[in-house]
Amino acid sequence: MTNTRILTGFKRREMIWSYSFIAIPVIGFFIFGLAPLMSSLVLSFMDWDLITPAKWNGTENYKEMVLDEKFYKSLYNTFYLLIGIPIGMFFSLLLAILMNRKLKGISFLRTIYYIPVISPIIAVSLLWQWLLNYDYGLINDWIWKIFGIQGPNWLGDPNWIKPSFVLMGLWGGIGGTMVLYLAGLQAISSVYYEAAEVDGASRWHRLRYITFPLLSPIHFFVVVMGIIGTFQSFSQMYILATDGGPEYSGATIVFYIFSEAFKYFNMGYASAVAWVLGILILILTLIQFKLSKRWVYHE
Amino acid sequence: MNRDQRFTNLVAYFILLAGSFLMLAPFFWTISTSFKTQEHVFDLPPKWIPDPFTFINYLDVWNKAPLLTGFMNSAIIVVCVLSVGLFVSAMAAYAFSKFEFPFKEVIFICLLGTMMIPYSVVMIPQFIGFSYLNWVDTLLPLIVPGLFGNIVTIFFFRQFMQGSIPTELIDAAKIDGASFFRTFIIIALPIAKPAIAAQAALGFMGIWNDFLGPVIYLHSPEVQTIQVLIASLQSNYISQANYPKLMSASLIALAPVVLVFFFCQRYFIESLSISGLKG
Repeated sequence: MTNTRILTGFKRREMIWSYSFIAIPVIGFFIFGLAPLMSSLVLSFMDWDLITPAKWNGTENYKEMVLDEKFYKSLYNTFYLLIGIPIGMFFSLLLAILMNRKLKGISFLRTIYYIPVISPIIAVSLLWQWLLNYDYGLINDWIWKIFGIQGPNWLGDPNWIKPSFVLMGLWGGIGGTMVLYLAGLQAISSVYYEAAEVDGASRWHRLRYITFPLLSPIHFFVVVMGIIGTFQSFSQMYILATDGGPEYSGATIVFYIFSEAFKYFNMGYASAVAWVLGILILILTLIQFKLSKRWVYHE
Repeated sequence: MNRDQRFTNLVAYFILLAGSFLMLAPFFWTISTSFKTQEHVFDLPPKWIPDPFTFINYLDVWNKAPLLTGFMNSAIIVVCVLSVGLFVSAMAAYAFSKFEFPFKEVIFICLLGTMMIPYSVVMIPQFIGFSYLNWVDTLLPLIVPGLFGNIVTIFFFRQFMQGSIPTELIDAAKIDGASFFRTFIIIALPIAKPAIAAQAALGFMGIWNDFLGPVIYLHSPEVQTIQVLIASLQSNYISQANYPKLMSASLIALAPVVLVFFFCQRYFIESLSISGLKG
């Protein structure tokens, strides 16, 4: 009797301790997560410039959005940038396969590919602003030397600014994805390959039917994080596409939200766009998880 | 190793080297530009070795823009957020990984849910809230939320602690009369050291390179982080299209991160294996 009481007393104390240990993050969750999330939803139905009193305007913001060309453009631009994901995966996987062997200096090479990943995006964007310069940039100089033609006006041409972002994103992202694939490759047991070799499988077959499916959890991770990351891209546009770039062809959704909120102080409208973005990301992620059941292979 | 394999390795080597040249070329080009004079930067065809070679851009940029203040501001945010935030996250992860309490799973799932909320959705109400507190144009809006821990870090620590802290060790300490808090300090923290180091390295990169948050809140040069300063360089400190100065400033901003990366590489790789992606 006394024994159980001591035990429950002890258990209770432990429970109180546990709650106090998680208290701070939970409070943070309410202050910086849930409360702003809800306020943002309420704000999206209001009209407020932070100076004059906020006004309720029902679904006006959402109606305005449907008619706003800039909204569609930034949405289209954001989707366009997604093509960088499969291209990046292709090159990252290729590099990882090449790197997955015992060669001298491999870890040094890996470090080199990883430097752009850790470099601050602002410094990197400034660097690319110079590389992509129409007349004097290194890229157009190379294009001239290799192909003998004048390269495009990367950042000044509405058709080329998005490819510029993709190119820059590839340079900055391949190393990160490569390291993930490398880890994945090293986790594949050699038993599979030995068995395949006995069966006389070609190199391509081994890649296609062993390596590729066994890496599917990593493909999945890269695609999901890639979509979330692309939908939040902002800094490179801030530097390289002043005011959204030529014909607003360089603006992403977050860039659009940022300018509406902190340049024009349309807090309500910006919140509405932000909610649309949030729901879009949620839907795309859920679709990914749903589809993953069909193609992601778990051992 | 047979001849066929040796040949493949050679080809692999060659492609990897060519690729690494492509990765490094932008940096070399930047370094080269930063040592050129403004008159020679537009020479055609472009030259890789600056002639004449000058340090003046670095001195100029350093004197004209408050880069040191920028470094200090970035460092203040990093130190405050990491020292308190990592400790708080580790505490929460300890409770989540080693103890049972009502609604544990529900609370954890709710916290994890915040990972799904994009910053752009909460940034507007947060900005309004902080402006009521008169915190705009101070470092506080960038520090205070970080002090409450980070769910990604908690998740990461929890994974690590579940696997590597023996429950018997905690029980033994309890029998010896150690309090809950003491078991955390003397058992959990030392064991979690590699995980903490990995998260510190990642956290440093994330906070140091952050831009959207700082650009919203920091308007006066004396509170701006290094990223915000560099971004406003062309409009505030140097003339437009002065690429040598711009490049030297970018390199100054880049240097600390690359240095930290070189010294802490081990922790980056470790963080990858702890997060379970390695297998």
